[in-house]
Amino acid sequence: MADLMSNAPSMARHVLRGRLEALTAAKGALGFALPREACRSASLNDTHALWLGPDEWLLLSVPEAGLGDRLEAAMAPHPHSLVEVSDRQIGLLVAGPEAEAVLSVGCPLDLDQAAFPIGMCTRTVLSKAEIVLWRTGAQTFHLEVWRSFSAYLRAFLTASAVVPVAD
Amino acid sequence: MSAPFRTDAGGQIDRRKSLSFSFDGRTFQGVEGDTLASALLANGVHLMGRSFKYHRPRGVLGAGSEEPNALVSVRRDKARFTPNLRATQVELYEGLVAQSQNRWPNLNFDMGAVTSLLSPFIPAGFYYKTFMWPRKAWDHLYEPAIRAAAGLGSAPTEADPDLYLNRFAHCEVLVIGAGPAGLAAALAASTSGGRVMLVDEQAQFGGTLLAATDALIDGKPAQVWLDETLATLAANPKVTMICRANAFGYFAHNMIGITERLSEHQAHPQAGAPRERLWQVRAREVVLATGAIERPLVFPDNDRPGVLLADAARIYLNRYGVKPGKRVVVATGHDEAYRAALDMHWAGVEIAAIVDARPNPRGPLVDAAKAAGLEVKQGHAITGTMGELRVKGAYIAPIVAAGQVGNTETLTCDAVLMSGGFTPSVHLFSQSRGKVVWDETLETYLPGQSAEAERSAGACRGKFGLAQALADGFAAGADAARHDVTQTFSVEAVEGDPKGVVGALPHNRGNGAKAFIDWQNDVTTKDLKLAVREGFQSIEHIKRYTTTGMATDQGKTSNLNALGVISDALHRPIPQIGLTTFRMPYTPVTFGVLAGMARGDLFDPIRTTPIHDWAVEQGAVFEDVSLWKRARFFPQAREDMEAAVRRECLSVRKGCGIFDASTLGKIEVVGPDAAEFMNRIYINAWTKLGVGKCRYGILCREDGFVADDGVVGRIAHDRFHVTTTTGGAARVLGMMEDYLQTEWPELNVWLTSTTEQWAVIALQGPKARTILEGLVEGIDLTPEALSHMSLIEGKICGVPTRLFRVSFSGELGFEINVPAEHGRRTWEAIWAAGQPHALTPYGTETMHVLRAEKGFIIVGQETDGTATPDDVGLTWAVGKAKPDFVGKRSLARPAMADPARKQLVGLLTQDPTVVLDEGAQIIVTRGQTPPMTLMGHVTSSYHSAVMGRSIALAMVSGGRARMGETLYVPMPEGDIAVTVTAPVFYDPEGARVNG
Repeated sequence: MADLMSNAPSMARHVLRGRLEALTAAKGALGFALPREACRSASLNDTHALWLGPDEWLLLSVPEAGLGDRLEAAMAPHPHSLVEVSDRQIGLLVAGPEAEAVLSVGCPLDLDQAAFPIGMCTRTVLSKAEIVLWRTGAQTFHLEVWRSFSAYLRAFLTASAVVPVAD
Repeated sequence: MSAPFRTDAGGQIDRRKSLSFSFDGRTFQGVEGDTLASALLANGVHLMGRSFKYHRPRGVLGAGSEEPNALVSVRRDKARFTPNLRATQVELYEGLVAQSQNRWPNLNFDMGAVTSLLSPFIPAGFYYKTFMWPRKAWDHLYEPAIRAAAGLGSAPTEADPDLYLNRFAHCEVLVIGAGPAGLAAALAASTSGGRVMLVDEQAQFGGTLLAATDALIDGKPAQVWLDETLATLAANPKVTMICRANAFGYFAHNMIGITERLSEHQAHPQAGAPRERLWQVRAREVVLATGAIERPLVFPDNDRPGVLLADAARIYLNRYGVKPGKRVVVATGHDEAYRAALDMHWAGVEIAAIVDARPNPRGPLVDAAKAAGLEVKQGHAITGTMGELRVKGAYIAPIVAAGQVGNTETLTCDAVLMSGGFTPSVHLFSQSRGKVVWDETLETYLPGQSAEAERSAGACRGKFGLAQALADGFAAGADAARHDVTQTFSVEAVEGDPKGVVGALPHNRGNGAKAFIDWQNDVTTKDLKLAVREGFQSIEHIKRYTTTGMATDQGKTSNLNALGVISDALHRPIPQIGLTTFRMPYTPVTFGVLAGMARGDLFDPIRTTPIHDWAVEQGAVFEDVSLWKRARFFPQAREDMEAAVRRECLSVRKGCGIFDASTLGKIEVVGPDAAEFMNRIYINAWTKLGVGKCRYGILCREDGFVADDGVVGRIAHDRFHVTTTTGGAARVLGMMEDYLQTEWPELNVWLTSTTEQWAVIALQGPKARTILEGLVEGIDLTPEALSHMSLIEGKICGVPTRLFRVSFSGELGFEINVPAEHGRRTWEAIWAAGQPHALTPYGTETMHVLRAEKGFIIVGQETDGTATPDDVGLTWAVGKAKPDFVGKRSLARPAMADPARKQLVGLLTQDPTVVLDEGAQIIVTRGQTPPMTLMGHVTSSYHSAVMGRSIALAMVSGGRARMGETLYVPMPEGDIAVTVTAPVFYDPEGARVNG
């Protein structure tokens, strides 16, 4: 289980919402365009943008790297909302050959790679906790969960992986 | 002990592995591969239960999940006791301990059987007719007595110690049932490259193939083909095969609920091994290959132990190597019973006769039986059985005219194998809301128009023969997988006529004879005819009146025969009578598997704040507030809650208290139109709120009633920090998003939940500023710089903070927001700085008392979803100049200004030591008896330490016009006199917040 689940590295987190002009302008600060396809992510080095809604992205970046300030500067003239949520949630990594099966104990989505390819991300549930689920590799998932739900989520994942789930 | 009815060879069992088990305390031997039912039959035991109503001795009827009689309880230990298991599905293991049910003191001599003697007096609808009067007797006499006599099995008394799993799965094709049709469907679908799931309720895949004897598939014996096919499927990584899996429910959009038994069949499950798993499968396409269930014949005393279904007997013989008896009568209205008779004959079981109700049966199976020298009594009905705990003989008679028989003949036997034909299992199809249609030729209901992306294949849609079922299954599998593939294997099998008989056989046994339709609920032909005579015509009514088909087996063996009998009685064809709806579960499922992992600490998420562990270390007592754990009070030494709250309250009033307010909902409202949005959604006016200022906001629903409240701070021109109630956070955000997306999409404003971004530390009391002073950087805490209801951003203990000067206690107060990661460290720094000032941690209970002393409402406590802002004294908050806000139009209705509306007031008991009950009613004159004229109710009530007396808030009709009036709170001990006051008890001028 220790191998299956681990903490994601410390991250700065922002929720970006806004109109098209602001979103386009964000590219200057991010170094890449925000993904416009539903439930897809885009990354450059350690900066990631996860599409969560038609006007909503979760941005993950290196702490203290000043992404928030750069974004505010780049988008200043255009209507938008940038809110820091670094401490709102924590990141968990679920990895290994069993990852898909363990997540399927509590997540109703089809996690087969054909349906949930690498780079896909979405808000969903894991049992009774809301999470953002992001596939970062064939056998690697990054979960974002609100802080107060993290103890439940860890306990649920641990319980899910206690017995071999693949038959 | 040897098993006298075990054959020497053959079947899917391992005779070398002997298993010892006990049934009702008696020890028997079975073998590996047995079910409890087959092992008991091998030992010559047919008697396995007592019936529900008459306590008649009952033997096993079937060989699968349709079994209505042989319900047993299996006991592993004190906590692992499972009632109502079908012995036909209980896999034998070494040391299995099983008990029969519904009998006392034992199965052979059951006191309850006296009800059988009373049976002439307990016809259908007995309960409805008998226990009508007097009404009062229901509670103390009738219901307890009926409940004691009723019920199947007994529930375990210990908590369930087992682990249950859950699994969500997705596939392109789900095949339910792994008999010939299902296997062929899976085989065809598996060539498509899509994901295929194949599930079967039995321990082994194969269905009827497991008992096949002479059929050839692809030129090989059926069981060889079965093994090869299973190997092919198992080798395909896209195919998932699950046995011991009960597809119990067909939900909307091809969601199928399946329970998998994981360890129940093992003698020694590994410690902690899960017992069952719930599969929630979302399938693009479903193939239902659920087969058919053999119909009993309906004749007098057809429930005698030793009477069983012919094909079940054949399964026992061919699959389990068990003979049903030494000399059997085969009673039938269907060709398949000849196959059973022939197999019995070759195995050395004497066939007393094949008694066929059909006048002139023909076909290869009939010919084979005759060629084998078996006596065929065609045009004969079985009219009864002899024996008590086991059948000893059968009465047969020629059918001479419609409904009439000639002279009776007696045949001795120790078993009767019967077959009325096969009823397609349309249960899951019906659950999916597909419509069944009556088939005139087969005389049965078949799947008609589908409602879901599914198709039935094989016997469950009337394709009974092996070749037909395999071909139908293969085609269905290819169709479901949308894959063009052709069946290559050939099938050689002897097929009979698929048509059977429906309803009751004629007999000459008089009116007292009991011919059972529904074995499990003890419903006879007489009951159904009585219901018709009493005027019932719809099957839905007859079912409920007689309880036919309403047992745990849902009438798997009885429904069609019941329709046949009712059809005769009403002189109306079956399709005009209708068919009852099949409901989940197909076979019973455990509560455990439905609860799954949601038990104990995983029952629901337990949300805790960053400061939670500190409170635990301080010995706080917690309460649940939505999913949160909140510290309720911090008892010292042996304090009870009352003492702790008294101390905490006084500490806040006289010195300073510290309170964890992190659970408050927080929403960041950002964008150029933020103020406009706030104007529209809250009742307050926001345009003029300066940056760095706070306001108490009230949110109404469209109906004008208060929905939520909280302090809102303006961080910047285009940024508001909104707080909500703890329980209302998600609801408020949802409501705001809803309005924004559907009503005001033009506004340039966006919402982000920040509830968990911030830990919130409330510091309340006259010493609050003194304690904070040394900890902040770049923040001027002086009243001039930071007045009541303002906020400032800066640093505290080196951490960025949004520091609000607000008060929910009426004292000088601050709410310090810091990023959650730094919550505990900041809290501890404040705690340390507060030590010289006797800083006291307090919980939600004290918070409630403090705010009640100030007359501050709690949404959901003072309000109940029908209180307007004016009702709770918040008219001052309404932005009257605003063109609109959510709820404005509703608040303009005349009824909202009715002076008789319930209004928030304070109540002081005339005896200051009396603390009113929250929720107590209020009346105007004393000494009333019900029905009283109720004027309102108590919403909050506490002992107030600072006031030295009790206080209460209440909602009272026209309350604000009643100041000084005496009202009464009627209680069982007598009326309590109270005086109506303003709702603010302490510091009514509000001077203390400016400290």
